[in-house]
Amino acid sequence: MTDVLNSLLVQDDRTRRRNAAEVRFHAYGLGAIGVAVLALVLLLTSVVSSGIGAFRQTYITLEIPLPEEKLDKSGRRDSAVMARVTTFGYAPLLRDALLATMAQKGLTTTLSDTDIAGIISKEAAATMRDHVLANPDLIGSTVTLDVLAEGRIDGYFKGRVTMESAELDGRTSPEALRIVQLLADVGVIETRFNWRFLTAPDASDQRPEAAGLGVAIFGSLYMMLVVLVLALPIGVATSIYLEEFAPRNRLSDLIEVNISNLAAVPSIVFGILGLAIFINFAGLRQSSPLVGGLVLTLMTLPTIIISTRAALKSVPPSIRDAALAVGASKMQSVFHHVLPPAAPGILTGTIIGLAQALGETAPLLLIGMVAFVRDYPAAFTAEAGLFGEAATALPVQVFNWTQRADPGFAERASGAIIMLLVFLLAMNTVAILLRRRFERRW
Amino acid sequence: MKDTNLAESVDTMVRQKILARNVSVHYGETYAIKDVSVDIVANAVTAFIGPSGCGKSTFLRCLNRMNDTIDTCRVTGDIRIDGEDIYDRKVDPVQLRAKVGMVFQKPNPFPKSIFDNVAYGPKIHGLARNKAEMDNIVEDALKKAALWNEVKDRLHTPGTGLSGGQQQRLCIARAIATAPEVLLMDEPCSALDPIATAQIEELIQELRQSYCVVIVTHSMQQAARISQKTAFFHMGSLVEFGETDRIFTTPADPRTESYITGRIG
Ligand SMILES: Nc1ncnc2c1ncn2[C@@H]1O[C@H](COP(=O)(O)OP(=O)(O)OP(=O)(O)O)[C@@H](O)[C@H]1O
Ligand SMILES: [Mg+2]
Repeated sequence: MTDVLNSLLVQDDRTRRRNAAEVRFHAYGLGAIGVAVLALVLLLTSVVSSGIGAFRQTYITLEIPLPEEKLDKSGRRDSAVMARVTTFGYAPLLRDALLATMAQKGLTTTLSDTDIAGIISKEAAATMRDHVLANPDLIGSTVTLDVLAEGRIDGYFKGRVTMESAELDGRTSPEALRIVQLLADVGVIETRFNWRFLTAPDASDQRPEAAGLGVAIFGSLYMMLVVLVLALPIGVATSIYLEEFAPRNRLSDLIEVNISNLAAVPSIVFGILGLAIFINFAGLRQSSPLVGGLVLTLMTLPTIIISTRAALKSVPPSIRDAALAVGASKMQSVFHHVLPPAAPGILTGTIIGLAQALGETAPLLLIGMVAFVRDYPAAFTAEAGLFGEAATALPVQVFNWTQRADPGFAERASGAIIMLLVFLLAMNTVAILLRRRFERRW
Repeated sequence: MKDTNLAESVDTMVRQKILARNVSVHYGETYAIKDVSVDIVANAVTAFIGPSGCGKSTFLRCLNRMNDTIDTCRVTGDIRIDGEDIYDRKVDPVQLRAKVGMVFQKPNPFPKSIFDNVAYGPKIHGLARNKAEMDNIVEDALKKAALWNEVKDRLHTPGTGLSGGQQQRLCIARAIATAPEVLLMDEPCSALDPIATAQIEELIQELRQSYCVVIVTHSMQQAARISQKTAFFHMGSLVEFGETDRIFTTPADPRTESYITGRIG
């Protein structure tokens, strides 16, 4: 068979070179994916390993007597009078309760009473005070409360604080750690899932153990709602008009170029714009999620418009012709035949825009959403007006916490990033589900 | 041209449906057709033949103003349907297209179910009062388009999932479901096998009883079989127009003769 020229059983030079090139390209592709996956895994492990602790919290279970002579001298359960007892009035009760528990469990220590009080978070007294003021009937009885442990103690149970580091630490000591370990062994101290992290507002920079994402999540969801309600209809209507109805001329070209440029404008510029228009000119309140939502809407609009136009463009013109030829009007052809197949693309663009907005920090800093917000916004109160109260947002909260000195806040910041990722994941899942739904209906 | 006049005088009884006078179409600066004048009669099939790119589709699209959708396209001249100038300012192209249906050269079903494809026209024009009537219209249209037997069990599957030839018949069904007075068909059989072609030709013969049918075709045999009038286009001009029998037996223009005998095109 050697006399066969051009045998198919033997690869000629060109084929061999071409195949080699394909193999090489394959390898490059796999390499690129490998690098991307590795980077993702590294990122996720580092964030999760340092942030997972924020979802667990150490609590001390105490039986606390609430003596009437200390908490309500008048004995009339008058809330105005009771409120005069500050957190300093409650702190000794907590300390005494802890001392009593230790005595009951037979634990002895060289620590001073003040150091033992330091095992309990400063936030605990405030929590207890709120609890008592809300339930005045409790006075005179003994309540069992789970109170927060101090940040260092919490860190010890999560492995952040060790005996060695406690040696050098002004706020705790190896002896304190020994005691809390013994308390944990008898079940007085327990580390469990931390709902407070998702619901509580931010706390002062001495109390990482009390800090939570509640207000930030509230603010972020609020802004997403504002963005969705404003940017989606405006963006889609603009795109449909520009793509399907607007005459092609200088003006529409100009608008098109400007929209593309807007998408590339740094987000902080939108912050300056928002500050000038919504706060200085329109007089809306600083730090309010409404202003945040408006600024993010401006930022998201170009993204939505561009992706919606791309989705509309990808619908073949023959479909429009088909609709017109059976006597449909321009609008019927667009709404019955062009929008449905474009819907998945529009949705994807919208979700990408929302996800961008959710993670945006810079413009929010400019409109004052970086403020320390201690309380939930009373969004619908009369004096603040609709949406008027201050709130913060997830990425801003991350930014805030990373600037604080206490290592407890580093853990909180990573925990907040995890929450941000969870929200993004949830949004993408919703997008995929909606896509499926729309695609099945063609 | 003598016998054309003769033929026309014999046909004085037939009703003129479409009258085109000196129609020229420009795409931007280049012209696609130039000074075309034809009379298209009702209850007859008129065939447009001619080499590729000679402007058959362009002229067809003038008749239902589909050229309006092309920004660069400019139509001049006079086209009247039932004596009314369809390019008059007062004419709403949407109304016109309900009256003048069209089957495109490339099949373009909606990305919807087979049923919805056919039902769409009747739905927007309010031709069916209830579900049962709509079912009837759809079934009737699909049967006429020789597609019913193949799709009756999957009416709610996507129309885009059909084969090319089936899609073409679906588009025919969609066009006739709205019961237009004039049906423009741009190479409706180009993707069909001989059996389906025969069925479509039968449909066209049937439609002729009540409608005015204009068909573009590249098959001389088809034009000869189904049409009563034939127009031969060449390089954007109407070279010859007359009774089909005469065009195919004694063409007046040498270009027509070369084309139908297969020497140019
Ligand atoms: N949208 C358009 N823009 C610019 N030129 C066009 C457009 N459509 C058609 N033309 C040009 O007009 C001329 C006539 O085209 P037309 O589609 O009418 O030809 P046709 O006779 O239908 O050919 P075929 O038999 O191949 O379908 C061609 O030269 C074509 O290039
Ligand atoms: Mg054509």
